[in-house]
Amino acid sequence: MSDYILIARNLTKTYSQASGKLGFGHTEVKALDDVSINLQEGSTLAVVGESGSGKSTLARCLLQLQPLDSGEVLFQGRDLAALSGPELRRERKHLQMIFQDPFASLNPRMKIGEIVGEGLAVHGLGNAGEQRNKVEKMLKRVGMSKADMQRYPHEFSGGQRQRIGIARALVLQPKVVVCDEPVSALDVSIQAQILLLLKELQQEMALSYLFISHDLRVVRHIADEVLVMHQGKVVEQGKVSDVYAAPAQEYTRNLLNSIPGRKAMAA
Amino acid sequence: MKSAPLLQIEGLTVSPVVAPGHLLVNNVSFSLESGKTICIVGESGSGKSLTALSVMGLIPPQLKRQGGKIVFQDQDLTGLTNEQMRDIRGKRIGMIFQEPMTSLNPVLTIGYQIGEPLTVHLGLKGKALKARIANLLEQVGIPANRANAYPDELSGGQRQRVMIAMSIACEPVMLIADEPTTALDVTVQAQILKLLDELKTRMNMGMLFITHDFGVVADIADNVVVMFRGEIAESGAVSQVLKHPQHPYTMALLACVPDVEGKKPLKPIDYAWLNEAAA
Repeated sequence: MSDYILIARNLTKTYSQASGKLGFGHTEVKALDDVSINLQEGSTLAVVGESGSGKSTLARCLLQLQPLDSGEVLFQGRDLAALSGPELRRERKHLQMIFQDPFASLNPRMKIGEIVGEGLAVHGLGNAGEQRNKVEKMLKRVGMSKADMQRYPHEFSGGQRQRIGIARALVLQPKVVVCDEPVSALDVSIQAQILLLLKELQQEMALSYLFISHDLRVVRHIADEVLVMHQGKVVEQGKVSDVYAAPAQEYTRNLLNSIPGRKAMAA
Repeated sequence: MKSAPLLQIEGLTVSPVVAPGHLLVNNVSFSLESGKTICIVGESGSGKSLTALSVMGLIPPQLKRQGGKIVFQDQDLTGLTNEQMRDIRGKRIGMIFQEPMTSLNPVLTIGYQIGEPLTVHLGLKGKALKARIANLLEQVGIPANRANAYPDELSGGQRQRVMIAMSIACEPVMLIADEPTTALDVTVQAQILKLLDELKTRMNMGMLFITHDFGVVADIADNVVVMFRGEIAESGAVSQVLKHPQHPYTMALLACVPDVEGKKPLKPIDYAWLNEAAA
């Protein structure tokens, strides 16, 4: 039990949507329907599913970026949903997120040094000099240089921006990192670089990843366990090697069979 | 005797107007037969989309075609005026783009948008037009009574089906598809690829398919052209290129595609090594 760093129990979240001809009616969409997860310390749990399956809602609800309807999220034994604002803020530095779109997730008016250093400043970790040092070291680790701190996001390519996004999340030395489709906007050559970087950093910093993806080929490479979602429900979960070798559910089988080039590339 | 190919590109070269020495597409040649699919693969910036845009005569005004021939059904497209090109685009060459949401007009019904090329190119009106629209929708697997729906009422996969219906409306002999499934879920992607393949066979079209996904290439292509920095690194039959790549770039690119079995270690492209190998 104790080696689970993040546990979520019976999460539900319902969105209400205007419907009908004039929009007076409303329908309820269950984005999360009794979802439970266990994230083991130092491992990677992948959440896969199609658009609308609720995987991004799950990520947002776990980090308390969106209120839950019911359920509890235990991080190192503390229920995040029950924490007050300031307490939650303190826990947040242990829970960071890497976003999908490297073009939309960096403020175009801030320099890279400011973007990566903002979290340190907000949480008041160290004095200005120490913060600069940390930012510089982290940027170096993800393959950027000291000079890049003075530059703006538009000066970088998609892959470089994703490295900056990773540095921003990891400079706080978090314990859990939620990666929301971190490589789906990238070319396959850049994707391979970023996946390897994420794996190395996981080892070095003892990170636990919740990895959200719709690409089953990527999941096979990065994850230890996988959770398949469909219409807000968990369809299947287990070890990646088991689920891929012998999917128990029809839906999972269908998903795996849809991977392009599966037959042709296997030989 | 073999007849002339449907499309033959020879020595196509494109560069910016202000920097004629900077070749974005460099001496690209390949040909496409009726009823076959050729895939152009490469990373962003490799020139694959520019090659397709050149065929349609749609390269942006700040770029210029410096040389090369594009022969389509024995006619060199590079000598044509805009007026003449308009008669070919949409009629004899169909096009499908990546983003189904931005390529459809949100304030017009899908029936109207599918009907537009039919009116413009074939002069269809009234009942005949309606019947043809219904027939096209059915061909791409959308119920005919959805013709009055607006794009926002449809899912991403359905929108892409509408785009396909528009592109095949005038029964083109060639279809150009620029990453048509990149924005879609895997299950929907599999359906759309199957649909395109069926239509291609039934209508005996030649298909020029642009993608960055080797999995898609393996599923749909007969021949493949691998582009790197504006040049063709390697081209040939799909089984040949995927199983026995000859060019170091193709090998490197294939090595960074994650496999479903998870047996193969991922290897990012080592560009320094590649430069040496090329030299």
